[in-house]
Amino acid sequence: MILVRKIFGKISLKLIGVVSATAIIIIGVYSYFNVTSQSDVLLAEVERHANQLSESVKNSTRYVMLLNQRDHIQEMINRIGKDPAIDNVRILNKEGEIIYSAHPEDIGKMLDKQAESCYACHAENKALEKLPIQQRTRIFKTHSDSSRILGIINPIYNEKSCSLADCHAHYANAKVLGVLDITISLSEVDEQIRQNEIREILFAVIAITAIGFIIGFFVKRWVDHPVRELVSATDQVAAGNLNYIIKNLSNDELGTLGKSFNNMIKKLDETSQQLYQSTKMASLGQLAAGVAHEINNPLTGVLTYSSFLLKRTKDNPQMQEDLNVIVRETMRSREIVKGLLDFARQSTPKKSSIDVNDIINHAIAVVNNQLKLNKVNLVKEFDSSLPKITADVNQIQQVFLNLFVNGIDAIGQNGGTLTVKTSQISLSPRGITQIKNAGCSKTHSLIDIEHKIGGMPSLKMKIKSNGNEGYVNIDPIYGNHRHYFGIAFDNNSNVNLACPVCDISFIDKNSKCPECGGPTYKIQIPNQGFIEGCASFKDNWQKWDFVDRAGVKKFVEINVTDSGCGIPSENLNKIFEPFFTTKGQRGTGLGLSVIWGIIDNHNGSITVESKLSVGTTFSVRLPQNDLLRSI
Amino acid sequence: MKEEVKILIIDDEEVVINSISKIAISEGYSVDPVLDAFSALQKISSSKYDLIICDIMLPGMDGFQFLAELESKRIETPVIMTTGYSTIENAVKSLYTGAIEFIPKPFTVDEMISVISRGLKYNSIMKLKKSNNDSILIVPCPAKYYRLGYSGWMNKEHDGSVLIGATDSFIKTIDLIKKIELASVNEKLTQATPAVKFETVDGLVHQLYSVISGIILASNERLIDEPELLEKDPYFDGWIYRLVPTELDYEMKLLIPCSSDRS
Ligand SMILES: Nc1ncnc2c1ncn2[C@@H]1O[C@H](COP(=O)(O)OP(=O)(O)OP(=O)(O)O)[C@@H](O)[C@H]1O
Ligand SMILES: [Mg+2]
Ligand SMILES: [Zn+2]
Ligand SMILES: [Zn+2]
Ligand SMILES: [Zn+2]
Repeated sequence: MILVRKIFGKISLKLIGVVSATAIIIIGVYSYFNVTSQSDVLLAEVERHANQLSESVKNSTRYVMLLNQRDHIQEMINRIGKDPAIDNVRILNKEGEIIYSAHPEDIGKMLDKQAESCYACHAENKALEKLPIQQRTRIFKTHSDSSRILGIINPIYNEKSCSLADCHAHYANAKVLGVLDITISLSEVDEQIRQNEIREILFAVIAITAIGFIIGFFVKRWVDHPVRELVSATDQVAAGNLNYIIKNLSNDELGTLGKSFNNMIKKLDETSQQLYQSTKMASLGQLAAGVAHEINNPLTGVLTYSSFLLKRTKDNPQMQEDLNVIVRETMRSREIVKGLLDFARQSTPKKSSIDVNDIINHAIAVVNNQLKLNKVNLVKEFDSSLPKITADVNQIQQVFLNLFVNGIDAIGQNGGTLTVKTSQISLSPRGITQIKNAGCSKTHSLIDIEHKIGGMPSLKMKIKSNGNEGYVNIDPIYGNHRHYFGIAFDNNSNVNLACPVCDISFIDKNSKCPECGGPTYKIQIPNQGFIEGCASFKDNWQKWDFVDRAGVKKFVEINVTDSGCGIPSENLNKIFEPFFTTKGQRGTGLGLSVIWGIIDNHNGSITVESKLSVGTTFSVRLPQNDLLRSI
Repeated sequence: MKEEVKILIIDDEEVVINSISKIAISEGYSVDPVLDAFSALQKISSSKYDLIICDIMLPGMDGFQFLAELESKRIETPVIMTTGYSTIENAVKSLYTGAIEFIPKPFTVDEMISVISRGLKYNSIMKLKKSNNDSILIVPCPAKYYRLGYSGWMNKEHDGSVLIGATDSFIKTIDLIKKIELASVNEKLTQATPAVKFETVDGLVHQLYSVISGIILASNERLIDEPELLEKDPYFDGWIYRLVPTELDYEMKLLIPCSSDRS
């Protein structure tokens, strides 16, 4: 069971894992694109802003430049450079010399054309031409650990007013005079992007965790709990508790599974109860019969010899007295044994053809007064076409009397309803007919209570093959072949099957297996003919004429339902026990156990269904065309 | 000197063989004991017996199979069945399958002596019947009656009650009746268990089994003063009990219809 739990734990973990992984991928991809697009937007914004700045710087310096007021230009650039967001503002001439700069120490320095401010224009050593804004911006780092910087260059073109001016002689054919280069620190933007990223990751982690927990919760609730419940139910059943019921069934497949589990346990419980009772009753009867047989033989000797002694000692009054005690006590023993046999005999019903509806009416007439006294409303739902069945009138009447009295007792003083319903049902015979009794011609029973097959006592025989000797246990269900061989068994050898007690052989010398031509066994089933089968067990040939002749098994079913107090589930498997009663001095507790014995002897079955304070239904099934007991 | 009477005893228990032998020998009969039915059949094929006393539960072939074997071999030696598993079913089945008597173990010496004496008497009547063909030695029971073995009869009356009595063959196998001991009204009788006791002039006590189960409505009081009624008119005036049957339908199946005696 621990193993089952482990396996299950893995299943639920797997489920949670798979769902979480999916969530991680989806949310991860989403967050990634979200963060990238956000930082793109931010950068574009900064870029636009920088371009504007660059244009306005160019425009505002234009006039001053025309006037060639260098001090003015430098001062302006200094002012602009003070803005904390702006890293640097420079103007370079065509040769790459820094003419103006917000960092005055740079003025006069030459820039390599490969430097990043020039690269866009001089990439292929072409002359500087008009460039779109995307190509005029660049993002770079001065050191690997400094913050990012956005740079934008803005070429200053030659103008007529400039080339014609006499101030500083630009040639008219020169197109570009220099470059305005502004660099802006991106540390703030980067910080914002970083925060976005953190937020996004935080969101993803929270979302994934939440999904994990929610999935986990529902998996626990919908899968884990029901499965755990099933597992513990299996544990209970394995431990022998057949009253266990799975509660809180859901409406899904697991609920259905639970329901069929409950159903299975109920059926198991019923069968095991019937089995238990039948073996108990049968063994009690067998015990009585066996004891009687064994004791009666020696008693015969005692009685005969003491009688002869009595005759021979007519002249010895003292001896006569003693011998008379022996005779008297032996006679008493004889009566005791006779009582024992009478008890065993009760189990053999005296069958005749009876009308069940009729018998129920007789039983009702007997309890009529009691019904009225307890204000019990009697409802009869009889199937008027019910066929006659072969059964013992008195015993069957006793069954219904006991059931009615129990029902009335359960209803108590406040009134209620007692419903009696009769109907017909059919069930098929092979694979369901149990061999309940089997013996050798000396009536040694072959039934082995110790070795069960399919929960039922098997048939034990001595088996001899190839000089090996041991036991074989035959499946007690006619037509089933879950036999158990206690020895290594070679089915090509000469097989012998015999009574484990007296060694009488069961091999039928007059018959051959129709399938393999080998030997067959033939075992007497008391009052139900013989069962025959392949003794080499090479094939599954088996024949039980008595049962086969009966064909599909038809039953008469009688349901007795009361609206009484019901039976608590912990009592359900005890009510058929002899002496179990909840009625104290008023009940003997024999009613239902007697009913059980009677129905078993009629090859029928009885089951009970009960709900506390709602009521109880006893269902009795009696075989319809059971052959008359052959005499 | 009477002719030697030979009894074959079949039982798988030594103590039972010895007991029956002792009783038979004390009565002056000679016995042949065997432990199983197969040896019994061998014995029968080589010598003649006047009576067979057979256990039901025997190794190999049981008492009922033995009876069937005798019938198929047309051996008419009367058989008394006995068993330690002395159930009513076994008793009825024995009588139904051809045994003339059933005696449950453990029996007293007197019970065994009476049963043996009836069996031997029955045998000699049958022998007589064979030797002079046309004489009616035994009056058969009326055709609509039923009998339990050879000893008791029953007849269903119009009012649903049932009369039971002793057959002529039973009366003929016992000596003159000295005294009859009847059960009282309202007592319950069970099929194939003792219902009446007859004391005969030879000092034996014979028990007649009830043919069916039922509660006694009335008993034939006339018999107490006139036991000879039983001999004169066993099937009508000699009735013994009137019963309310309790298991009639079932038990009738175990009885032999008297109509079958006439073919
Ligand atoms: N229809 C029913 N409703 C409720 N409980 C029942 C019903 N039938 C039986 N029982 C329970 O089963 C127990 C055993 O019943 P059973 O008939 O064997 O004995 P009893 O009725 O107690 O005694 P008795 O039948 O000898 O008078 C009862 O004591 C009762 O508790
Ligand atoms: Mg009861
Ligand atoms: Zn045996
Ligand atoms: Zn075969
Ligand atoms: Zn025996």
